[in-house]
Amino acid sequence: MTRVFVPRDSAARSVGADEVAALLERAGGEVVRTGSRGMLWLEPLVEVETPDGRVGYGPVAPEDVDGLVAAGLLDGTAPGLGLVEELEWMRRQQRLTFARVGVVDPLSPDDHEAHGGNAGLRAALALPPAEVVGVVTESGLRGRGGAGFPTGIKWRTVLDAESELKFVCCNADEGDSGTFADRMLMEGDPFTLIEGMTIAAHAVGAREGYIYIRSEYPDAIATMRAAIAAARERGWLGERVLGSELSFDLHVRVGAGAYICGEETSMLESLEGRRGQVRAKPPIPAIQGLFGRPTVVNNVLSLAAVPWILAHGAAAYAELGVGRSRGTSVFQLAGNVARGGIVETAFGVTLGELVNDFGGGTASGRPVRAVQVGGPLGAYLPVSQFDLPLDYEAFAQAGAMVGHGGIVVFDDTVDMAAMARFAFEFCAEESCGKCTPCRIGAVRGVETIDKIRAGQDREKNLVLLDDLCTLMTDGSLCAMGGLTPMPVRSAVQHFAEDFR
Amino acid sequence: MTSVTPPRTAAEECARAALAEHGSERGPLLPVLHAVQEKLGCIPRDVIPVIADGLNLSIAEVHGVVTFYKDFRSTPPGRTTVRICRAEACQARGANALVEHAKRQLGVEFGETTPDGAVTLDEVFCLGNCALGPAVQVGERLHGRVTPPRFDALLGEPR
Repeated sequence: MTRVFVPRDSAARSVGADEVAALLERAGGEVVRTGSRGMLWLEPLVEVETPDGRVGYGPVAPEDVDGLVAAGLLDGTAPGLGLVEELEWMRRQQRLTFARVGVVDPLSPDDHEAHGGNAGLRAALALPPAEVVGVVTESGLRGRGGAGFPTGIKWRTVLDAESELKFVCCNADEGDSGTFADRMLMEGDPFTLIEGMTIAAHAVGAREGYIYIRSEYPDAIATMRAAIAAARERGWLGERVLGSELSFDLHVRVGAGAYICGEETSMLESLEGRRGQVRAKPPIPAIQGLFGRPTVVNNVLSLAAVPWILAHGAAAYAELGVGRSRGTSVFQLAGNVARGGIVETAFGVTLGELVNDFGGGTASGRPVRAVQVGGPLGAYLPVSQFDLPLDYEAFAQAGAMVGHGGIVVFDDTVDMAAMARFAFEFCAEESCGKCTPCRIGAVRGVETIDKIRAGQDREKNLVLLDDLCTLMTDGSLCAMGGLTPMPVRSAVQHFAEDFR
Repeated sequence: MTSVTPPRTAAEECARAALAEHGSERGPLLPVLHAVQEKLGCIPRDVIPVIADGLNLSIAEVHGVVTFYKDFRSTPPGRTTVRICRAEACQARGANALVEHAKRQLGVEFGETTPDGAVTLDEVFCLGNCALGPAVQVGERLHGRVTPPRFDALLGEPR
């Protein structure tokens, strides 16, 4: 019987993948539920196994299924998208971290190994910890959560810290609007994240790990929990991992609706059972992290990049990218975009290539006016900056940030003063309240923008707004208050007409 | 000195069961609270001293955690919880208009429950469905490209 692949990714399910899968099964297909390829405008995307590769159909609505089956979908002869991996969207990408997402059954350990899984872990276990850290350092991998701190240096600090007890914590509190790569990886290829965390444990000498997943992601939580249970059963977690000296076990912890817990020290507080309030640094978590012990805290994508690096070598990874941004990044096209989804490609791709070539412009068909890069704390950029390369340093120089790689597109109907107001409103809602610039500044920011929009002492209030932004940037304890000025200032700078 | 132990309420029993299940984990407070809320739909005020006692914390510490996190409720929600994403990516696809529609249609504001107890409406900042907005979560189920007519249809479906 032909194998037919239908995503179980929650984005695909949100537009009817479950119904399509059930109908295909009833029509006689052997349905395998996979992750999503990340071509989200084509979801539900159905793929059919043929001798030449997988042939794609999408978007397939439940009411399309009968017709497609009658036209020969189940043997791949019905007219459709052609071979999925030959689609331009896929061919133009370099999928390292996302290589298996959308391909494998996420909960099949056999599939994981059959598609190259655990090669990185085996390579790592054959090396002493310091050499594993060396490979990660040489690869140039930097933290994909947003801060871009070199992963190898963080690991070195934890390895060198003296402690009986160390932890590996994965930050899967992916709260930034416009980002969904962590979710898709956890739902589509959870064993790769487990593998990356196990490599980290070996590299730094940890025996225990936690994945902190936001409660807004119930599918990711269920998939990770099931994958961890399957990994334990296979001896990929627990005592003597893959027959080595390493013992490592992993636990899922669920957040409770607080954006701030994506900040690493808040996340640690939350894991310890407290209010998610940020800690002052130093001490850094690598030295005094979870329960005061040396702790690796990495984003999902950083940890999931590690198995590829160990399997293929640091040089192969470092070969990709530009400047000090090495390797690939998983960019996410979102908002008002015709072709939204996952683009994993080497750093250096321009913003315009992503939004226009991959994304196909807006979904509404109207002109693009602004894009916000890097989540709610990232800058709003105009089309005139579309030649900006996705590179940590180039973005920093432009007063923006790459962040977690989310790119939200807006058309020409957007009111940028309203978006600037929203940035403050969001900060006021989500501030942990520990430091005054963030807790009070966000509220004052909303009020000041309201006055500007109402035409009250506009010039004076724009000066006041700028002063407030400086204070929040310089005086806040963490990135929440410190970066909220970024969307605000970029909106004022690039879209001044909306504040007049 | 003798003390009279008052009879345990069902909520207290639930808290004790959660403590028995999660109490030995590291930093067990959030897992305990999630377990209680899953059973009872909220964290009733009278379980807080029980949890505090069980974890050797002060009542203030537990109360502080319960009130910090948006997920933890003090009263049970309606039979179905509907959360509309208000984050930037969904705003770019018309989330604000959907919010207005939903409030009008249900006759409630965010955080409120319809008088018949059927639906609690709330906002959420990002459901990770940012390429298929506006996104809405009904119970635990995610929905994409939710136009006002589709929203009405979702509410009309048996839940």
